[in-house]
Amino acid sequence: MTLSTSEIFDQVCELMAPYNQKSLTLETGTTFAHDLELDSLSVMDMLAAIEDHFDVTVPLNILPDLETIGHVAEAIKNILDE
Amino acid sequence: MTLDLFEKFDRTLESFNQLPKGDFNPFTVSMDAVISPTEAIINGRKTILAGTNNYMGMTYNRECMDAAEEALNSFGTGTTGSRVLNGTYNGHKILEETLKDFYDTEHAIVFSTGYQANLGIIATVAGPKDYVIIDADSHASIYDGCAMGNATVVRFEHNDPENLEKRLARIRRKDPDAGILVVIEGVYSMLGDQAPIKQLAEAAKKHDAFVLVDEAHSIGVFGKTGRGVAQEQGVEHLVDFTIGTFSKSVGTVGGYCVSNHPKFEVLRLVCRPYVFTASLPPSVVASATKALELIKNSNLRVKLLENSMRLNKGLSDAGFNVGTTGESPIAAIVIDEQDIAIAYWQQMMQEGVYVNLAVPPATPNGLNLMRCSLSAAHSLEQIDYMLEKFIAIGKNLGVLN
Ligand SMILES: Cc1ncc(COP(=O)(O)O)c(C=O)c1O
Repeated sequence: MTLSTSEIFDQVCELMAPYNQKSLTLETGTTFAHDLELDSLSVMDMLAAIEDHFDVTVPLNILPDLETIGHVAEAIKNILDE
Repeated sequence: MTLDLFEKFDRTLESFNQLPKGDFNPFTVSMDAVISPTEAIINGRKTILAGTNNYMGMTYNRECMDAAEEALNSFGTGTTGSRVLNGTYNGHKILEETLKDFYDTEHAIVFSTGYQANLGIIATVAGPKDYVIIDADSHASIYDGCAMGNATVVRFEHNDPENLEKRLARIRRKDPDAGILVVIEGVYSMLGDQAPIKQLAEAAKKHDAFVLVDEAHSIGVFGKTGRGVAQEQGVEHLVDFTIGTFSKSVGTVGGYCVSNHPKFEVLRLVCRPYVFTASLPPSVVASATKALELIKNSNLRVKLLENSMRLNKGLSDAGFNVGTTGESPIAAIVIDEQDIAIAYWQQMMQEGVYVNLAVPPATPNGLNLMRCSLSAAHSLEQIDYMLEKFIAIGKNLGVLN
């Protein structure tokens, strides 16, 4: 079963719910720092939930490259396809 | 248009500038004079030091001061060199022998700070093909050690062995031969909670990972001879590397790592934060050596934990939302609003009690804390005075009803 990036994106959005305090409409371009006003610790907590949901390792090393929800969906896609 | 490199700090500056200036700014206090491990003159007022991590009160121990003075007079004010060039004196070797004896290990390496010990060990031991798995609530020096190195960095939920195990299993499934280092702390400094080292280390060992425990806040405080939480919990055999600092219980400055790994000494050649910095001054080395000898044979930790329990229990009986249990030297109350926390801190200061204002990101779970770290040198009168002021100001600010 391989998931498409857009299926992954939808699942990521569901996992984002507790971090979407302002109830924004989540899009691929929604940023963590600016739009969702998450600090780096919250982003790491959120990634932990995503790791467990997809059963993958998301190294902290790639954190600086993950600015938007779309980036996360793409990263998960790459990790799953590896 | 040229970019100002400092533009990125605008938001930080903005919030800092909202705080009061000078000595009533929680982050710019300076002490005019220090009277003892527990008292100083601040703003011209005699003030109780309630958050210094000076757990044993070693900074003014007569024997430690005498040892430092003698070393100062015999060896001068500094070594002006790295440990691998002209910066190793007899005292540095004696200090490392003392650490080996203190921990009953084969090897000990002294660093110039505990921060550098974490940077050096984590960044060096875990290389490009290896993994470091750290507790989510790790100290900044552990995060920075990860950032400095080339290993893949993974984070597990604070003190959760099952969560750690899940991550270990995932890594092993993909990478059966990788080297893995699991990093935890004996006591977490903000809320004073201990790591369940046995469960965490057993998960690590099941997947052939190495275990590093940072005992910065637990050396001197826990264990029959003050080695820390691993000794207290009887699990030292599961720990591969113990890191610690001289800047808290030991009462001076410096860091160390001890281990039984047969190749440990090679770190003196390859560990950059060990090689490319000057070694500790002789006076510091002498007082650290003396303090370790004293800590090993002292029962100050009993008095320390009694002091902490007295404050913790008092705060809890008064109805505060207390984040700590009194089983560590930390006592911290949780304040919901950050501006109330800042006002609380200022009023405590005006009453002559200097506690730590701890706010995110230094705290877990976004908490604002009024944090005290007790000392064995605190008198019961000082603790009762602190408690009285906590309660009066708590009522004044509506934190207590
Ligand atoms: C857990 C932990 N590790 C390391 C350090 C760094 O110690 P040092 O003050 O010796 O740099 C500290 C203290 O700030 C700490 O709390």
